[in-house]
This record gives sequence, C-alpha cells and structure tokens, in this order.
Amino acid sequence: MHRYVLGRLLGAIPTLFLIITLSFFLIRIAPGGPFDLERPLEAKVMENLSKIYHLNEPLWKQYLLYLQSIARLDFGPSFYFRDFSINELFAESLPISMQLGLSALALALVVGGIFGVIAALRQNRGTDYAVMAAATLGVTVPNFVVAPLLTLSLGVWLGWLPVGGWNNGAFVNAVLPVVTLALPQIAVVARLTRGSMIEALRSNHVRTARAYGLTKWLVIVVHALRGAILPVVSYLGPAAAALLTGSVVVETIFGIPGIGRYFVQGALNRDYTLVMGTVVVVACFVILFNLLVDLIYAVLDPRVRYD
Amino acid sequence: MTETTKTNAPAADAVLDIRGLTVTFTTPTGPIEAVRGVDISVARGETVAIVGESGSGKSQTMMAAMGLLASNGRTGGSVTYEGRDLLKLGTSQLNQVRGRKITMIFQEPMTSLDPLYTIGRQLAEPMVVHGGLSWKAARAKALDLLKLVNIPDPERKIRAYPHEMSGGQRQRVMIAMALANDPDVLIADEPTTALDVTTQAQILELLKELQERLGMAVIFITHDLGIVRQIADRVYVMKSGEMVESGATATIFKTPEQAYTRMLLDAEPTGMKAPVPDRAPILMEAQKVSVEFALETGFFKPPHILRAVDNISFSLRQGQTLGIVGESGSGKSTLGRALLNLLPATGRVVINGRQVSGLSRNEMRPLRKDLQLVFQDPFGSLSPRLTVGQIIGEGLKVHAPELSAADRDRRAAEVLEEVALDPVMRNRYPHEFSGGQRQRIAIARAMVLKPKLMVLDEPTSALDRTVQKQIVDLLRKLQADYGLTYLFISHDLAVVRAMSDTVMVMKSGKVVEAGSVGHIFEAPQEDYTRELMRAAFMTANGLSA
Repeated sequence: MHRYVLGRLLGAIPTLFLIITLSFFLIRIAPGGPFDLERPLEAKVMENLSKIYHLNEPLWKQYLLYLQSIARLDFGPSFYFRDFSINELFAESLPISMQLGLSALALALVVGGIFGVIAALRQNRGTDYAVMAAATLGVTVPNFVVAPLLTLSLGVWLGWLPVGGWNNGAFVNAVLPVVTLALPQIAVVARLTRGSMIEALRSNHVRTARAYGLTKWLVIVVHALRGAILPVVSYLGPAAAALLTGSVVVETIFGIPGIGRYFVQGALNRDYTLVMGTVVVVACFVILFNLLVDLIYAVLDPRVRYD
Repeated sequence: MTETTKTNAPAADAVLDIRGLTVTFTTPTGPIEAVRGVDISVARGETVAIVGESGSGKSQTMMAAMGLLASNGRTGGSVTYEGRDLLKLGTSQLNQVRGRKITMIFQEPMTSLDPLYTIGRQLAEPMVVHGGLSWKAARAKALDLLKLVNIPDPERKIRAYPHEMSGGQRQRVMIAMALANDPDVLIADEPTTALDVTTQAQILELLKELQERLGMAVIFITHDLGIVRQIADRVYVMKSGEMVESGATATIFKTPEQAYTRMLLDAEPTGMKAPVPDRAPILMEAQKVSVEFALETGFFKPPHILRAVDNISFSLRQGQTLGIVGESGSGKSTLGRALLNLLPATGRVVINGRQVSGLSRNEMRPLRKDLQLVFQDPFGSLSPRLTVGQIIGEGLKVHAPELSAADRDRRAAEVLEEVALDPVMRNRYPHEFSGGQRQRIAIARAMVLKPKLMVLDEPTSALDRTVQKQIVDLLRKLQADYGLTYLFISHDLAVVRAMSDTVMVMKSGKVVEAGSVGHIFEAPQEDYTRELMRAAFMTANGLSA
C-alpha cells in the first residue's frame, strides 16, 4: 500500500512538470504583459520592472528560473499585487477556498446520496420523479443564476442570511455560498447514486441477502449501498475539479476572499506567477483527489487492492 | 388434470404447501401472467423437482413463495408454512421464516455472494440476525459449516472474498449458508447449471448426503432431467406458467402422460455420427501446438509462464468431427483459437494443404473464409446494432466483395432457410430472438461463407436441453450436406458423443487421452477420463443407470 502511494506520488511529478511547462509558455503566448497598462509606463520604469521580474531575460532562462523557484515551493512575487508574494496570497486565500469546497463536497455527498437512495427505493414513483426532476434542474441551472436568486430570496427579502462576505467562515455567512456551490454536485451525486443503487438492488447478492431474511436496513445499507457508492467515489475526482472551478463564480458573487477570484484576475492582468500558481495548486488538488479516490475505492472494494 | 396430480393433493405432512399460486408482472405493454395457478407441496425429508424449459415459470414460482419477486410482480393463491400463509406476511414476519426455516441456493454462484464482504462474514450474518449469536460464535459456526461442505483449507477460506474462490467453492459456500440455521426446507434453483460436470456431480452428491443427514425437505428447480432422475422423489413439470404433470419420479420417467414431458425426456442427444471413410483427404493437421501466456508477477520479477496449451498434435479428415472435452480452464477454447491462428502459438498447423501457423493477419484473411467460428454465448456474439441480415452478410463483404447488396441479402435469406429460420426475419435485430434462434443465426453467419472447417466453441452449452438437441441435429445435417469438418469444443459429454468421430480429453493444457468415440466412451483408459464420464453420466442418466 505504501509503495503504491509513493509510486503514484512520484508518478505525479512528470504530470505536474508537463502542466507547468505548458501553462508557462501558453500564458506568455497571450498578447500583452503584466505591465501593459492603458497609459503606457515610462520606458525607464518599464525597464526597471522588467529587470526586477526577469522579464528582460530570454524565455528559456525565465522558464528555468521559474522551475528553480517552484522546486523550492516558492511561487514567486505577484506581478499585480506588488507587495505580496504568491505564497502569501495563497496562505490567506487557499484555506478559505478549501473550507468552502470541502463543505460543499461533504454536503453534496450526504444530501445527494440520501436523495439518490430514496429515489432508487421509490423507483418510478412520484418521489423518484420529483427527485430526478430537481436533479436535472440542479445540473442545468448555472450557479450565477442560483446565487443571486438565493441571495435575493433568503438574504434580501427574508433577511435570514447575510448576502455576502466570509466573516472568517462563520456558519451564517457560509450557508449560501456552500449551498450554491454544492447544488449542481448534489444533483450529480443523486443521479449517480440512484442509478447504481437501482442496479445494486436488483443484483443477485442483494436477492441472496433478502432471501436470508436480513432486515431491510441491513440489505439496503450493508449490501446494496456499499457497492452502489463505488461510482460516486469515482466521481470525487471530477467533483473536486468542478468545485474548484465553480468557486470562481461563487467567491466573486459572495465576495469571499478565496483563491477562486485569482483565476480570473490573474489571467486578465497577465499576472504570470499568479496564473502559474493557481494552475499548479489546482493540478495538485486534482492529482491528490484522484489518488484519494483510488485509495477509498480499494478500501471499499476488496477486488481492487494495491499490494 | 392427471390421476397422479390428484393423489398428490394436500398432503397432511406437507411442510411447505403451495396452492393455486399465480404471479403477474405489470409491464408497460400490459400484464404478463408468469405463473397461473400452481400447486406444489413438499413433505419433511422429501425431495421434489420442478422441471421445465427456461421461461416456464419454475423459478418465479419459488421466488414468489419467498417474497423475492421484482417490484412489478403480484402474487395470488397461498403458500402455507406452519399454518401461516407466507404471501400474507409482512416483510419483518417473513424475515423470521426466510433464511432461517426456508433457505435458498441460486443458479449464479458467481454473483449470488456479495463481492465486498468475506465469506466468513456473509455466512455469519444470517446466524447473527436470526440465531441471536454473537459475531464470534457465528464465525466459529461458519467455520464448522465450511468443513461440513468440504471446503478445502477452511481456516484460510473463511477470510477469503468471493472472487478468490472458484464457482464450485462459491456454490458450496451458498449451501453452507443455506444450512446455517438448520432449515426445514431448502430451495435449490438450478444450483449446478453454471458449473462443470465434475463440480456439478460433487455438488449434487453433497446436497444428497446433507439431506440424508439433516433431513430437510428439498425443492429442486432444474431443466436437467438427468439430475431429477438422480435426486428427486417426486417431479412437477411446468410449461408456460402452468403445471402440466406431476407424480413420482419413476412414474414420470417411465410413463409420461403429456407430450411436453415426453419431449423433455427425449431431449437428450442420442445417436452417433456416421463414420467417415478412411480415404477422405486429411483437412487439418496440427503438430506440437503450444500456447503460452506470461502472467505479470511484479515489475521487476520475471513473468510466470502459463502453458495454456501444451504440445498438442492431431490430424482430422474432411467430414470428421473432433470433439475436444475438458473442464473449464483446461485450454480447449485456447486450442481452438490457436489452431485458427487467432492467438500466437508455436507448432505447425496445416489446413487444406496450406500451412497457416506463422501467417500474418493479412496473409490469413483470404483463408478465413474457409475457417469459421461459432461461440458459446449467443447473446454476446451478435452485434445488437445490426439486423440479422447485415450480420450474416458482413462476411460476404470481405470475402466476396463482387456481390451487390441485393445478392448479399439473397444469400443471407438462403442460408437462414438452411438453418431452419424464416428468411423474413432477416430484417430483425438479435434481441428479438431466443437463445436457440440466435445460435442458429451464428451458425448461418459461418455457413454463408461456405467454410470447410468450423470451430464450434461450446455452441450448445448456454441452451436448454430441448433446444440443444435441435442445434445438434442441425449441425449434423449441415455436416452431412456439405461435408463440413468440425472441431467441437464442449464440456457436455452427451453432446460430444452424439457429434464426434474422435475425442480428445484435455486437462491443464495437455491431452489426457484421445481416440475414437467408442473407445473413449466405452473403454476409457485414464482415471481422469473415467472420472469425467462418471460425473457426466451420473447427471445425464441418473445414479441407477
């Protein structure tokens, strides 16, 4: 097991290297630079800035310098937020985004899972149709529509919840953004759970469990659900990626100082190091989540074991 | 109904009594009556068999009795156990009976156990739920049960997962589970159908022995009359959801009253193939054919070499059939594929005077026309997205590109007629056909190219006995009409006997024994062959035969 994990982590290094290389050159292909403002800077200032940030060096040298610093886990200085390094920006924003994302993921798994199981148990009846219709709605309505609707109804009209701000992750502040971020995932998880649960309930070993007089609870949870959540576990990888990208919109709308807003700001301002930093962080998360998924899978399904 | 049925009416000592049972499934296209008023009773210590072709409703009858129908199923009638009607009990009351007093074994040993839990835990679970045992005590008892059903190395196997066991072992585990709470009635739904003949015989012997020792009633559902003759006291014959005949086993076998029962009884393949004259030219010759698979053992370790086919030689004259028999995993299918150059193999294979071993894919292509394959699974081997006519005509596109679409269609129609299917059906899709019909389509697909050699890989194994017989008859007729040469791969010895000139018995990739049909079946020399014969004909003809 340890060898497997180690192998996977080592295997991630070439992947990360490739991602870093590609995005390093791609962002530089985009026209314009970090200091190209509407009113051009004086030539002297521009030259000094270029020198400080090594922009006057040939591209291959910049690339090697960047690799060097990233090997030391130093993402370099931000080009736009002049007084901050990328590490400092992330130190503040990453925990917030993680709290938001993980809460949304947990909410999606629990609520989506429960809805999925209920729909499967009531297959082709009213409850099933209602859950599935809601799920379709959840997937299709984008979160930049859901967010204002929720803010308007629960925040402005009813005044139950604050309309924005993070307030160090206070519960009331977190409810709306977490729910908004989780909604499409709840829908996907519910659909996945329903499908695999229906299949599991029809499987021969569940028939065996029923034939042996096990209580309904045992049959559903122990024998059907454990197998049925395997597809949901596989979905955790893509879900993590979806939550990270979803946070761009949600954090912007609710004014949350997370990492999501740096996606857009970094790209628009040609803040090379910020873009690179977010890319690397997101890539690491996706790789880690996929590893985690495979490990959870192995724990749940004895047919998959890494020795 | 018949006299025998009346004498069977409500036995006072019946432990389980099914009266007028009906099963109706509501479907989008209207209700389907799967079972229409069936009476079955079984007394303590008695074994009754329910026989019938697939789709006759025999399984659904017992599923209904146990409250295991699909959610769109409705039941009528009564199922009396200890004075209570099981059909009227709520789930929690029913759970006091099923798995405890009435237990079941299913047809599919590979999927009937939960893949995610160890054997020990699954065996213990019903004992904890019903017997009120602690997990520890249940586990100890599970170990005893594994010993009872002769699982080798039970201390280790109790910690094994289902996928780590063979089909026969899994079925033994199911039997152990069925016996755990000392049941009154054991319902066995085709428990040996998915198993090899030798394993099948072992499981049947085990069931019989355990019944004698423990004295429970057994309801045995099967389509195999050989098994019925061997183990049942009484027989119920079902057709299209109705009970057509019932009575003592000996009576039913000696004087069946219904045409349907007689047809079931006659369904065992009989007769022998007419011998081929010695002057017939040799069509196929194989010398020292071997196939090796490298099994990965680890990244740096050398792979473990598995010899799936080990040094096999034979020759086959035109019009002959070579029967290749053996248990699953003996290498018979691999051999068939290697001979047609579908797998990398060593050795020399000459077909029709041309060496085929070592030829590349492109070099093989023009020869493929003469060499056709028919597979076991008539459901998986026909593309679901093509019509039957397209499936049959596809080979012609490659091997007779000069034919127009209309010509191909005409040829498809002709060949369908040849395999006794209505040519009108060529515009339908495979899912609209039964298993037997699909196998005919697969044969038609091979026949349309007018091949010289056909490798038939278990072509009858997935079919009911009655359908099996029809396919055997068809294959024999085609062989006689066109002088075809067959390589007939099967684990079903009765079918092999009816089809072959010579027989080759395989075990672990090697030939154990080979010779003429008469020689192998009447005077087998090797212990393994004798064991195979004993197992096969015990179930085919009953123990007394």
